[in-house]
Amino acid sequence: MARIELAGLAHSYKANPSEPSDYALRPMEMTWNDGGAYALLGPSGCGKTTLLNIISGLVRPSQGKVLFDGKDITNLPTESRNIAQVFQFPVIYDTMTVGENLAFPLKNRGWKTADINKRVAHIAEILELTPDLKNRASGLTADAKQKISLGRGLVRPDVAAVLFDEPLTVIDPHLKWLLRRKLKEIHHELKLSLIYVTHDQIEALTFADKVVVMTDGEVVQIGTAQELFEAPAHTFVGYFIGNPGMNLLPCGYSADGVRIAGVSEFLPPRRGLRMGEGSLKLGIRPEFVECVAQGTADSLPARVISARNMGTHWLVDCQLGEYRVACKQRTLHSVAAGDAVGVRLPDERILYYVNERRVA
Amino acid sequence: MRLELQGVSARVGAHTHLYPTSVSLMAGAINVLLGPTLAGKTTLMRLMAGLDRPTEGKIFADGVDVTGVPVRERHLAMVYQQFINYPSLSVFENIASPLRIAGKLSEGDIRKKVHEMAERLHISNYLDRSPAALSGGQQQRTALARALIKDAGLLLLDEPLVNLDYKLREELRRELTDLFASGGTTVVYATTEPLEALQLGGQTLLMHEGRVLQHGSTLSVFNAPSSLQAARTFSDPPINLMNAHINAQGVADLGHGLSMPLSERQRAKATNHNQVVLGVRAHSLRLSSQGNDFAVGATVDLSEISGSETYVHLHRGELSLVAQLTGVHTLDIGATTTVYFLPEDLFIFSTGGALLCAPDSTGV
Amino acid sequence: MKTYNNKAWWFVLPVILSVAFSAIVPLMTVVNYSVQDILGPDQSVFVGMEWFREVMRDEDLHGALARQLWFSLAVLSIEIPLGIGVALTMPAQGWRASLSLVLVALPLLIPWNVVGTIWQIFGRGDIGLMGKLINDAGISYNYTGDSWDAWLTVLLMDVWHWTPLVVLLCYAGLRAIPDAYYQAAKIDGASRFAVFRFIQLPKMRNVLMIAVLLRFMDSFMIYTEPFVLTGGGPGNATTFLSQYLTQKAVGQFDLGPAAAFSLIYFLIILLFSFVLYNWMQRVGTGDKT
Repeated sequence: MARIELAGLAHSYKANPSEPSDYALRPMEMTWNDGGAYALLGPSGCGKTTLLNIISGLVRPSQGKVLFDGKDITNLPTESRNIAQVFQFPVIYDTMTVGENLAFPLKNRGWKTADINKRVAHIAEILELTPDLKNRASGLTADAKQKISLGRGLVRPDVAAVLFDEPLTVIDPHLKWLLRRKLKEIHHELKLSLIYVTHDQIEALTFADKVVVMTDGEVVQIGTAQELFEAPAHTFVGYFIGNPGMNLLPCGYSADGVRIAGVSEFLPPRRGLRMGEGSLKLGIRPEFVECVAQGTADSLPARVISARNMGTHWLVDCQLGEYRVACKQRTLHSVAAGDAVGVRLPDERILYYVNERRVA
Repeated sequence: MRLELQGVSARVGAHTHLYPTSVSLMAGAINVLLGPTLAGKTTLMRLMAGLDRPTEGKIFADGVDVTGVPVRERHLAMVYQQFINYPSLSVFENIASPLRIAGKLSEGDIRKKVHEMAERLHISNYLDRSPAALSGGQQQRTALARALIKDAGLLLLDEPLVNLDYKLREELRRELTDLFASGGTTVVYATTEPLEALQLGGQTLLMHEGRVLQHGSTLSVFNAPSSLQAARTFSDPPINLMNAHINAQGVADLGHGLSMPLSERQRAKATNHNQVVLGVRAHSLRLSSQGNDFAVGATVDLSEISGSETYVHLHRGELSLVAQLTGVHTLDIGATTTVYFLPEDLFIFSTGGALLCAPDSTGV
Repeated sequence: MKTYNNKAWWFVLPVILSVAFSAIVPLMTVVNYSVQDILGPDQSVFVGMEWFREVMRDEDLHGALARQLWFSLAVLSIEIPLGIGVALTMPAQGWRASLSLVLVALPLLIPWNVVGTIWQIFGRGDIGLMGKLINDAGISYNYTGDSWDAWLTVLLMDVWHWTPLVVLLCYAGLRAIPDAYYQAAKIDGASRFAVFRFIQLPKMRNVLMIAVLLRFMDSFMIYTEPFVLTGGGPGNATTFLSQYLTQKAVGQFDLGPAAAFSLIYFLIILLFSFVLYNWMQRVGTGDKT
C-alpha cells in the first residue's frame, strides 16, 4: 500500500520533443492515495499503457519522477518496486500446479514452507481457487488463469500496488461481471492500491473510486463516475463517457446573449461566460434533453431526423438550428421522421465549454 | 436480392452446425442474425454466401436456384471480424479492386466512385496509405467501403465491430445504420449483442445452438419472444427469471416470501398452467415505487456503472436479479435495498418454455 | 462440405508427376529388388522373404546397427543441450543479433563432403592444426589408427556441423515467448535458473521436439561426413548403417539383400521417430494417456 506521486512526469519516444504532439505522455502532476482504486480510461493510443509501464518500471520516463510514499523510485528496476502486474492475457507457469504458481513468489523470497502454505490457502480462498490447488495450471479456463495471475501478486503481503493492463480482454463476456465483482471484493477486503488500464467505460466506472480519463497523452479529468457523467470538465470526457456521448452544440456569444448556431431564441444567461474567448460549445447529455410537442413552453423548435425504439428507450435525432441533437428518453409520444417538435434543454443540465474546457 | 433458404442444414461428421432451416429474407431490408457464439450464425452466413455447400436443402436468389453455384459467380459482398484488406494495395486500390475486376467502368469513373465512397466512410485522407498503417477502425472502414462499392444485391457482415474499441463501436454502429438505410441492398448482419440488433432495427433472426428460434421485425421479437430461450437470447443484461406457482385465486407464489396477484388478462392467458416461469426485463426494475408496483427486497452484489446506466446485480436467497437503472447509482456491496416493478411488465412462460403472456403494449 | 472446384487438381498435377517420378517409382523398384534374386541382366528369380531373413541374421549388420545407435544417442545428448545453451546467450535484437545468427549458421552452409575433408586435414597429426596441437601436448592422437580417436573425431565433426541447426531452432522458439512472461518472472523475484526451467524450457517444447526428431533422423542416416573422414575405419570402427548398406549394394553388388535392408532401414527410422514423437508429446503435457 503506497501513495503514488507523479512529479513533472512526461514521456516521448523522440530525442528532442518540442511540440505537444511529440509526447506519448504529456507533462503531468498527480497524486494517488494509498489504498485507492484508480482506472486509467481512454481510447487506444492515449498513453494509458505507457503510464502504467512507467509506474511498474518497464519503461523509464524521459522526464520527471515517480515517487512511492515520498521515495524517488524512478530509476529502480521493476523487481525492486514491490508491485504486482496482471497482463492482458494470463501469465502462468505451465509446468506448475495452481498451488505452486501461487507459492512461487514467496519461495523466491525465502519464506518457510508452513508460512507459504498458510498464505496460499488464504489467497486461494479469497479468489475461490481452493478446489483447484492441486491441479495443473495449464488446464484451467481463461478466467481461472487470470485469477492465478492476480493471486501471485496478492500473496505478497507487502505489495505496494497492483497494476492491471486490460485484464478482462480474454474473458468470456458473460463471466466478466463476476471477475469485476471479485476485484471489487478484493479491494474492499485487502485495501490495496489498485491501478487499472482499460478502454471500456463500464470496467473503469465500476471498478474505480476515481477514474483518470486520458486522450492523446494528456489527462483531461480525474473524478468519480458521478462527476464524470454529470459534470465533465472537458468535451472529450463528455463524448467518451455515456452511451451515446454528450451533445455538443457550437454557440455564438453576442452582447445580447448566447444562442445556438442557427437558432433564433436566446438561452438563459449564465454567470462565468465572457465574450470573445474562443470557440464556445453547449454541452448537454441526451438523457437530459426532452423531446416534446411543438410549441411547448421553454422549448426550442426542431425537426425530427429519426426516432428509433431501442427496446429499453427511445433515441430521437433532431435537427436544431445548424446541428443535430440526440435525445434519449424512456417513453415518447409518437413522432416520425420529418415531424416538427420542441426540444427542451433544462438550464440546470447545460454546461458551457470554451476551447473544449468547461467554464460554466 | 431476395434470398430464400429451404430446409438448409450443415453437418460435419457427427456434429450438426445448423439444423434444417427455412428462411426467407426480405429484399432491401436489414436482417440481423442474433445469438451467442457457436449459435450457427457464421455457418448460416457462409451458406448464404456460397462459401460452403449445405448438407441438405436449396438456396434461391431472386427465384433462381443457386445452391451449387460457386461464390465467385454470386453477386454479393462480405465484411469480416478481422479487418481484411489486401495488404499490398493502398486504400484507394483496395476500394477500387471490385470495380477493376468487374472491368466495366473507365478509369475516371472508378476514381470518382472511390472518392465518393471514401467520403461517405470518412477515410478520404487515407487513400494513399497502406492498410497496415491505419488504426483498426480505419481498416474496417476500408473493408466496408470495398464491400459497399460493389453495390451487390446481398451484403453480409459477420460481427464486423467486435474487434474495435468500445466507443468506436458505438460510432460505427450509428454510421452503419445510416449507410444501410440509403441503399436497396439486402443486408445480413451477425452479432452477439442484442443492443446492436435493436439499434440496427429491420428484421431479426434469433439463433441458438444451430436453430433459428424466431424470425420477425426486431421490435416485435424483442417485445414478444416466442420462448424462454428466445427471451434469454434477446436480452442484455439477462432477463430476470423466476419460477412461480399460481394458486386457484390467481396469485403467483415465487417462493422466498414473495407472492403477487396476477391481473385478469394474465390469469386468462395462463389458465391450465399452475407452474410457470415469470420473466421481467432488467430495465423494468426501478429503485423507487410508482404506486401499484410490486416490491422485492434484496441484497446488492455489485453495481456496474456505465455512465448512462447502472446495472445492479442483486440476490434474495437463491434468486438472482439484475436491474438496469438510468444514471449513476453507487450501491455498496452487501447493502440491502428494494427494487420495484409493475406487474403488467411481466412475461409469463410455461415450464416447457412457450410464451403464454407478454406485456400489454405489444398486444400479445 | 466445401464447394466443389475441380480446376484445383490441374495445379497439383505437375507436383504429383515429379514426386511420382523421383520418389515413388524408385521406391517401388527397391521393393521389387528386395524380393528377387538378380542373376544377370535379364534373369531374376522371385525369392520372397529370403533376403529379409538373411539380412536379419547378418552379424556384421548387427554390429553396424549397434554402432549407429550409440552414435545417434551421443549426438543427441551433446547437441541438444549445447544448442539450447548457445541460443540462450545470443542477443535478441539489433545488429548483434543478425551478426551472431550469420556466424552461427556458417557451418551449415558448407557442403557435407567438404566438411569431412576439412576435419580430415584438421585432425592429421602432421599438418592438421588440431592433430598437431594435441600430439604436441603429449596426448597420443591418431584417428586413422585408433578406434576411440576415430569415434571422438567423427562426433566432434558432427557436433560442429549440426549444433547450429539446433541453435537456430531454439533461438526462434525463444523469440516467440512474449515479454510479459519475463516481466512477471521479474516481479515474482525468480532467479535466472528458475526463469529457464519454468518459462523458457516449457515454451521451447515444440521447437525442441522438431530439433530432436530432425537430429535423430539425420544422424541415423549419416553417410558423407564419416565416409570422407575415416572411410569407415579403422577397420569397421566407424562404419555406420548407411555406409554398411552401400558397401553391400554398390561394393558387392548384392542388390537383393541391399534392397531388403533399405526397406528395413526405412521402417526402423519411421518406428523410432513415431515412438520418440509420442513420448515427447506425453512428457510435455504431463498426461498419462
